[in-house]
Amino acid sequence: MVRQRGRARLLSAALQGCGDAPVLRERGQREVFCGLTGIIWLHRKIQDAFFLVVGSRTCAHLIQSAAGVMIFAEPRFATAIIDERDLAGLADCNDELDRVVDQLLARRPEIKLLFLVGSCPSEVIKLDLSRAAERLSAQHMPDVRVLNYSGSGIETTFTQGEDACLAALVPILPRATGRSLLVVGALAEVVEDQLRRLLNAIGIDEVRFLPPRTAMDLPPVGADTLYILAQPFLADTARALESRGATRLPAPFPLGIEGTTAWLQAAATAWGVSPTRFAEATAPAIARATAALERYRAELAGKSVFFFPDSQLEIPLARFLAREMGMTLAEVGTPFLHRQHLAQELAWLPAGTPLSEGQDVERQLDRCRAEKPDLVVCGLGLANPLEAEGISTKWSIELLFTPIQGYEQAADLAELFARPLLRRTKLRV
Amino acid sequence: MQLTLWTYEGPPHVGAMRIATAMEGVHYVLHAPQGDTYADLLFTMIERLPKRPPVTYTTFQARDLGGDTAELFKTAARDAYERFKPDLMLVGASCTAELIQDDPGGLTKALALPIPTVAVELPAYQKKENWGAAETFYQIVRACAGPHAPAPGTKPVRGERPRCNILGPAALGFRHRDDVTEITRLLAGMGIDVNVTAPLGATPADLARLGDADFNVVLYPEIAGQAASWLSRTFGQPSTKTIPIGIGATTAFIHEVATLAGIDPAPSLAGAPSRMPWYARSVDSNYLTNKRVFVFGDASHAIAAARVAQDEFGFTVVGLGTYSREFAREVREAAKLYGVEALISDDYLEIEAHVAALSPELVLGTQMERHIAKRLGIPCAVISAPVHVQDFPARYSPQMGWEGANVLFDTWVHPLMMGLEEHLIGMFRGDFEFAADAAPSHLGGAALPQERPAEAGDILVKEKTPPAPTTTPSAAIWAPDAEKELGKIPFFVRGKARRNTERYATERQLMTITVDTLYDAKAHYGR
Repeated sequence: MVRQRGRARLLSAALQGCGDAPVLRERGQREVFCGLTGIIWLHRKIQDAFFLVVGSRTCAHLIQSAAGVMIFAEPRFATAIIDERDLAGLADCNDELDRVVDQLLARRPEIKLLFLVGSCPSEVIKLDLSRAAERLSAQHMPDVRVLNYSGSGIETTFTQGEDACLAALVPILPRATGRSLLVVGALAEVVEDQLRRLLNAIGIDEVRFLPPRTAMDLPPVGADTLYILAQPFLADTARALESRGATRLPAPFPLGIEGTTAWLQAAATAWGVSPTRFAEATAPAIARATAALERYRAELAGKSVFFFPDSQLEIPLARFLAREMGMTLAEVGTPFLHRQHLAQELAWLPAGTPLSEGQDVERQLDRCRAEKPDLVVCGLGLANPLEAEGISTKWSIELLFTPIQGYEQAADLAELFARPLLRRTKLRV
Repeated sequence: MQLTLWTYEGPPHVGAMRIATAMEGVHYVLHAPQGDTYADLLFTMIERLPKRPPVTYTTFQARDLGGDTAELFKTAARDAYERFKPDLMLVGASCTAELIQDDPGGLTKALALPIPTVAVELPAYQKKENWGAAETFYQIVRACAGPHAPAPGTKPVRGERPRCNILGPAALGFRHRDDVTEITRLLAGMGIDVNVTAPLGATPADLARLGDADFNVVLYPEIAGQAASWLSRTFGQPSTKTIPIGIGATTAFIHEVATLAGIDPAPSLAGAPSRMPWYARSVDSNYLTNKRVFVFGDASHAIAAARVAQDEFGFTVVGLGTYSREFAREVREAAKLYGVEALISDDYLEIEAHVAALSPELVLGTQMERHIAKRLGIPCAVISAPVHVQDFPARYSPQMGWEGANVLFDTWVHPLMMGLEEHLIGMFRGDFEFAADAAPSHLGGAALPQERPAEAGDILVKEKTPPAPTTTPSAAIWAPDAEKELGKIPFFVRGKARRNTERYATERQLMTITVDTLYDAKAHYGR
């Protein structure tokens, strides 16, 4: 394994960036969330949608634990917990599901879109949720549309749940007639608004977002739709959009100044925007972000960072930290490496960056301890144990809940990494 | 299938993790899909444990299902043994692995590891977390202590000083860490040695010595009840039945322990070991009299809290319930003492509706009820798991024993005091310093439900009291002066006053609610 990694370093050093650098692929315990976790941000995003997981008590417990038991309101997600009667065939799962859905819709009449979300148990017992969704849709349309996707751990890792959800939405998007830009991937509303303003300022008027803020406001898609990914984990959604005739604008991801500029530039080029107009529209935000990033650069430059695989945001984040913040990359782990969607990101990574895909958490911890990085980006299960060993950590889940994309958030993003380091120097206890 | 919004208990394998994590030298190999590793964060984030739980997950994926998941399990178990070198290995399956029927127990046996292995079968589609913890603890105790069981008919040998085991404290338990300290101190004061405390901090070798004690102190029957009854059958060890929460129960516990140990309880009860009884008698506590309280939690904590509430705070218990169906009988018995019907449910919505209908003045519950109470604008103190990060305070704060009684006094009275302060602020609401729509500060400044659609009644009375889901909006209209008068009523009873008045008006087909209607209704319903 060590030999393999040495070779990886040697090979990639000869190339520009990490475009076709070999990757350490491991198979062992994967310390990652499953796709159900995405419900935590998706249900806030699409405000008239409800997510019904068809699964076990474990599924319900996972979502509630990952959400930090935030029971401040009746949530727009729930679990239909399969019990032994369903498994023993004493109850027909489909009848039971119909009953639970009726119960739910009677309680929540404001719901317009219901996702039946598959889980590990529902996949293993081969409960066909797509047929159930069709059947329930036929019953409840036009009031409620019922869709399905799988967030199961045997098929999806963490952010792939969002991918599966958005891919399930694509077939019901209305047909587009004119040319439009579709921004794909859940973003905070403040980020959406900023990006829309920038895109409008460079002359792109028809800008739509997927997922929409309400199920009643589905963006249209068609042969003249150009879509651009705002998140790096949307392989299935991209495929589904292409099957509707949409064309992807290849771009890096809008993290940091460089990423945001290149992302906007991809759209600007497709719309034939003049360099002057582009520069005029982006200059003030770039200047602000540059100034704001300066102080964090002083704190982060020269420090090393180690990424455990989690959200698939690792490669764009590593690129930002290396190129704009001057950090060194000890290892960049990602659950999946989508080479096509990440082509520009990989090319931007410093040559020789150790990349890993998949996980054997114990071995990765061994490597991490050996590297003694200044900062580790990892999940909640590993953060405190590493802190107790004297290693500063940044919880990766916060990167999904915090607005980090775009110029105005570039410094916020940097601050998320700077804060644990600052804290360690500050504490005298 | 059951529609579930929030769960009180996790799946049974989380219970097994609580035992493995509490102990030393145990490693748990769990056949589970990717994603089930979320359970690690319960321990590292909620309990803030500085190390990972001793659990290896096989994290199989869809592509493995066609292949050999059994081989995957064996590799994981073998690697875990090599890496962690535990004294005992626990193996089992989570809900999904239960469906693929790989038999972790048999597979581990085939590995012939040089350490004892315990296979726990935890039916994930029938049972829950506490059951899983109890079953796992019982299986480990049996595996470790079983080989040391005396031949039938052997008389237990007694040492010079009485010795007991403390059973039940586990990882992620509600104040278990501090309860153990408090009870150990109490027992030491009585001249009783603690042989083994388990599972918290115990090694498999410690469990092998369980039989050396004269009797068992069972602090948490939900977790240790099954193991204790096996120890009683196998080693002839009697167990304590009293949960020492509150003054009365702690006193009874001391008597019970003294009897088991064959010693005199009097010295341990002399003096005033707790401030709580005096604080309860102090005149400033008068306002606590007959406060209507709703109690909910695991069975042991709920039953204990109800007794303390009624007998030691002078409250009136208006509701008592538990999510532990395994202990429904005990809770029903206890509820009879207060003339209420026990609420046995783990349906969060049912419990919320119940609390709303009762309109208690204080809720003693779990983190779930804390949220319910917050939304209904009712003061609340937490008395039981499920736990949240704030249930692991930095300070020493047991629930049991003399100090535990002090802690109860402080934590239960605090939300009521805050409520009183809010009322005083409310009385001065006309003064310019106080914003008229300021929400109770101790309720986070936003007691309004965020997602419930507004009901008709909301517009008429601009109070921060959310409507109870069980009442229908009144047809009667509040006159402005009546509405103003309602605003003078303390916020924590205002909701009830409004509902009673509206019901009174509806029953009498009054079109307008006047100040008189308000007071007529008050006189009619009494307190």
